[in-house]
Amino acid sequence: MNALVDFYAKHSRLVDQIGVNAIMALSLSVSLRAGQLALAQAAFMGIAAYLSAILSLNAHWPLLASIALAMLVSALVAALLAYPVRRLRGVFLAIATIGFGEIVRVFANNFSITGGAEGLSGIPNDATTPVIYVGLALVAVALFALSRTKFALAVSLVREDEHAARSVGVDVGAIRTLSLALGGAIAGLGGALYAHSNFFLTPADFGFGRMEQILVACVIGGVTNAAGAVLGAGLITLLPEITRAVQAATGANVDFFRELVTGVVLLGVILFAPAGISGLWRKRA
Amino acid sequence: MAQTRVNAGLDVADVSVSYGGVAALRGVTMRIGPGSIVGLIGPNGAGKTTLINAVSGVVRPGTGTISLGPLRLDRLPQHLVARAGVARTYQNIRLFGGLSVADNVRAGAYRLRSPLSDEGVKELLARVAVHEFDVSRPAASLPYGEQRRIEIARALAGTPSVMLLDEPAAGMNPRESHELRSVIRGIAQRGTGVLLVEHDMSLVSAVCDHVVVLNFGETIASGTPAQVARDPAVVEAYLGTSA
Repeated sequence: MNALVDFYAKHSRLVDQIGVNAIMALSLSVSLRAGQLALAQAAFMGIAAYLSAILSLNAHWPLLASIALAMLVSALVAALLAYPVRRLRGVFLAIATIGFGEIVRVFANNFSITGGAEGLSGIPNDATTPVIYVGLALVAVALFALSRTKFALAVSLVREDEHAARSVGVDVGAIRTLSLALGGAIAGLGGALYAHSNFFLTPADFGFGRMEQILVACVIGGVTNAAGAVLGAGLITLLPEITRAVQAATGANVDFFRELVTGVVLLGVILFAPAGISGLWRKRA
Repeated sequence: MAQTRVNAGLDVADVSVSYGGVAALRGVTMRIGPGSIVGLIGPNGAGKTTLINAVSGVVRPGTGTISLGPLRLDRLPQHLVARAGVARTYQNIRLFGGLSVADNVRAGAYRLRSPLSDEGVKELLARVAVHEFDVSRPAASLPYGEQRRIEIARALAGTPSVMLLDEPAAGMNPRESHELRSVIRGIAQRGTGVLLVEHDMSLVSAVCDHVVVLNFGETIASGTPAQVARDPAVVEAYLGTSA
């Protein structure tokens, strides 16, 4: 127990990051489950992060209220985004949604209310570790409850074959919009928690690099599996810290290898475990 | 939108469909009454699948009406046509390949309020002559003939008023094709109207009450299987003569 307390005292920020990244990976897994390679999660996260930070800094909103509004706005933006991209699939959808993310980043870079390129600072650090992990647990419970509904069946049918899904009565457009909005709401939660667990925000926090990290977490964990997404997020957050620990222990300069290790792990998963870590586990079971 | 079976027939009245400047269907009229089996035959490119696509809401007719009892279907999107009680199968099988056999059959009951039980899945598989089976297997891993029958079971799961079967015997061996006769008769006996698009004339003759023959998008003959088989226009356009 003491070791755990000692670990947390040294690595509380890392523990918080894992929680937020896990929420973000879950948010992406929702649209991936519907077969949508929509890569706007970092943008939804950024919108929610800035909104909740501005509400706290300028209007002194309490944490829960700012989280709730940030989630709502992110979900709404995601639902609105679903309309112009409704006919796009695969790589075209990916490019369009990455483009949307860039638009959001450029806006954040140039608006005075977002603090421009310098971002916002002095955000209250009231998203503590328990708050973040309660948020993660609530998302996990909500997704588990949803997995037993007709909505989940429709999502898997849309992923498998949209045309056949329509032929059994599934409103494919509505399912795509709802799954994107649900992912947006979860990303909104992740963004608000990120803002309130960091002292400052900059537009670079929500660029393509962030989106790439969320996607890699999902691929490593298992694209359509919620537990896999959480595992992947944990691994992708820990990997740089592990290489850093190796550097500290051996004195070797492994800075160069940090990104390389992540790349090798990703390549290994794609080649040898296309269903991700969770897929390996399910195969054994 | 209706969630249960409507005990009314499907009426196709003067339906025309064009793709750009090409007329795929021209003024086609037919009725599929409850419990009846109507065959739709004709050479490739005659417009048979286009008619199924028009009825199921995949394409919108340029003119004419399609109704299921009092409900107009011709302006509804595909998913609402399915919810109204029109189920279909495809010329090229479209199962949810990554899902299990059981989930594929359950998917067919999406329009219903309550999901299909395990017993319900087994009963439907038995109705399409699939008796001994591991229903947890991925649908894509099955032989072609069984995939065809599972697609029919999926269509049946929603207790449709009308079923549109697009070449269900294609790729089946003679034994499977023969079994299909009793499967199709069984569907009709429970009150579902069946539109059967098929090139296997022995199957069409064995099960259909009425046959409509299309050529270049137009109806060239209709009547009992025996009547259309004797029709000179049908013989010339489709059936041919033995040398």
